[in-house]
Amino acid sequence: MATGVLVVAEQRNGAIRKVSWEVLSEGKRLADQLGEELVAVLMGGDGISSHAEALGQWGAKRVFVAEAPELADYRTNPYARVVVQVAKQLEPRIILMGASSTGKDLAPRVAARLGVGMLSDCVGFELRDGVLVGRRPMYAGKLYAYVACKAVPQMATLRPNVFPKIEPDPFMKAEVVKVEVQFEESDLRTKVIELREEAGGRPDLTEAEIIVSGGRGMKGPENFAMLETLADLLGGTVGASRAAVDAGWRPQSDQVGQTGKVVTPNLYIACGISGSIQHLAGMGTSKVIVAINKDPDAPIFQKADYGVVDDLFKVVPPLIEEVRKLKAE
Amino acid sequence: MEIVALMKQVPDTETQIKVNPQGTWIIEDDIKWIMNPYCEFGVEEALRTKEKHGGTVTIVSIGPARAVEAIRTALAMGADKAIHVDDPALVGTTDSLGKARILAKILQSIPFDIIFAGKQAIDDDMAQVGPAVAELLGIPQLTFVNGLEWIDGRTVRVNRQVEGGSQVIECSLPVLITCQKGLNEPRYASLPGIMKAKKKPLETKNLAALGLDPAQVGKEGDTTEILRVELPPPRKPGKIVDGETPEEKAAKLAKLLREEAKVI
Ligand SMILES: Cc1cc2nc3c(=O)[nH]c(=O)nc-3n(C[C@H](O)[C@H](O)[C@H](O)COP(=O)(O)OP(=O)(O)OC[C@H]3O[C@@H](n4cnc5c(N)ncnc54)[C@H](O)[C@@H]3O)c2cc1C
Ligand SMILES: Nc1ncnc2c1ncn2[C@@H]1O[C@H](COP(=O)(O)O)[C@@H](O)[C@H]1O
Repeated sequence: MATGVLVVAEQRNGAIRKVSWEVLSEGKRLADQLGEELVAVLMGGDGISSHAEALGQWGAKRVFVAEAPELADYRTNPYARVVVQVAKQLEPRIILMGASSTGKDLAPRVAARLGVGMLSDCVGFELRDGVLVGRRPMYAGKLYAYVACKAVPQMATLRPNVFPKIEPDPFMKAEVVKVEVQFEESDLRTKVIELREEAGGRPDLTEAEIIVSGGRGMKGPENFAMLETLADLLGGTVGASRAAVDAGWRPQSDQVGQTGKVVTPNLYIACGISGSIQHLAGMGTSKVIVAINKDPDAPIFQKADYGVVDDLFKVVPPLIEEVRKLKAE
Repeated sequence: MEIVALMKQVPDTETQIKVNPQGTWIIEDDIKWIMNPYCEFGVEEALRTKEKHGGTVTIVSIGPARAVEAIRTALAMGADKAIHVDDPALVGTTDSLGKARILAKILQSIPFDIIFAGKQAIDDDMAQVGPAVAELLGIPQLTFVNGLEWIDGRTVRVNRQVEGGSQVIECSLPVLITCQKGLNEPRYASLPGIMKAKKKPLETKNLAALGLDPAQVGKEGDTTEILRVELPPPRKPGKIVDGETPEEKAAKLAKLLREEAKVI
């Protein structure tokens, strides 16, 4: 009988990604409800097993560790081989991953190999007689669906920045299980040439707690400097509307919306953004929304918790000063 | 080179979604349908691949009769031929695995060197079909690709968008690529293109013609089931932050964010 919850931990450059703690936390809640075990699988290059202890403190009773040079950088097929091997050995009831660039690439491949369907990008879960029901946005958040898994293992990916983290317990210890994997030539056909990290060191939009976004009202790329200043003061990051991206003012990776990134920060500050249906779809579930726009009829004000009707070039500089004062207190 | 683009027709991004009275699905009556924007990048990249290496571009799409419109658009952009799968057993399916099995079955019956798909369909937002098809075909996948160059006639180097950067990966053919914005600027169909598209081969097949069992790939075989749908909860009405001067408004806003909303 399938039992337990298996969480796939994610790392980059040997460091565990934030979304993994969120997935472990939700995995633990589900495992506790089921009265079953939480297990984690960790994959990486040399030295990755040193993280197994931390995963234990976050609730994993057992941590399956695959340490191999082939696993140093994320690649679909070597990773899929490990997860499928562990899943076959363990026969978990549920498998969870983050809906990150890694999880979104890996989970559907693993699901297809196991011959099961899966729920992408869930924002909530409930268990009905052991059946996993996920709540997931569709149409970029214009609709929410409650979807049940009908096959085992029940698989889902979890949207980053949504699930609350538990408190790790420093006294919890996981049993570490070494995974021996034999890779085949077909697993190794992709070669990672390099991992390019964007300069600036700001968090990714999908992981940021605070986002300061600019649209066509910013008038030009140079004016985003003030949004960067505000974002840095708040420990956040900068986003953009498609109008600003298509004008070439911001990189495409900054685009928020139906055909950009869907984001869920605690605070979203929209500057010179009108609030088109496609933009609202991408940020409408932010916890607090601020709009700064000189047009009182801009649709963004219908979604905003706090609206400032004024010229953004007159509001943002004093706002930076006010935030600086608050932060200095 | 044999090039394939997997294409889905979806509601226009402007669409206001409405839920049916039973709360089980959306009302599809007044919807305007378009080619999935991410599939546009896929079709465009397929055409560019053909322009570089020669060959044929085949569009493969599963969908009801209306999907033919989006297929014709792809043919008008310059694709050579299309296969359309339409079957009553597929109405209301929610599973990506079933769809992937159908697409894989077709791909096993035609030659291919490279397959392009969208990074996700903007209706179900699954981002599953591409990887699932690659798995069923036993070929590598490169997902969320926003840059592609050819090293030689059989090897691509791509940029994969990841959090805070990108991964540069090389792979030889055959491969399946899912396309992200930034990869290219999709062309518009020209008038002569639209005229020519009418005469291009478009085959519509049902599941039986593909030798597939509806109990496996149709609604009956779904391994996930939508129980209920709902609109997002409405947001509480907001406040307009007033003040005589922009400075006053800024000060008040900062205070509200700190003391009332407690987010800074
Ligand atoms: C298929 C498709 C997909 C799309 N996907 C996306 C998407 O993912 N994300 C997205 O954002 N858009 C998307 N769009 C585009 C969308 O329809 C809008 O065109 C876009 O969001 C508008 O961007 P904007 O609000 O910056 O510009 P505008 O709508 O031009 O708004 C600019 C705003 O700035 C205000 N303003 C100007 N000057 C000032 C000033 N000095 N001070 C204060 N306010 C000022 C104006 O009042 C106005 O409200 C998509 C469109 C299509 C067709
Ligand atoms: N019905 C379909 N017909 C053809 N291709 C599809 C279909 N559904 C999904 N795809 C392909 O898979 C991609 C991702 O879709 P999804 O997994 O549904 O988000 C799409 O952009 C298409 O390229």
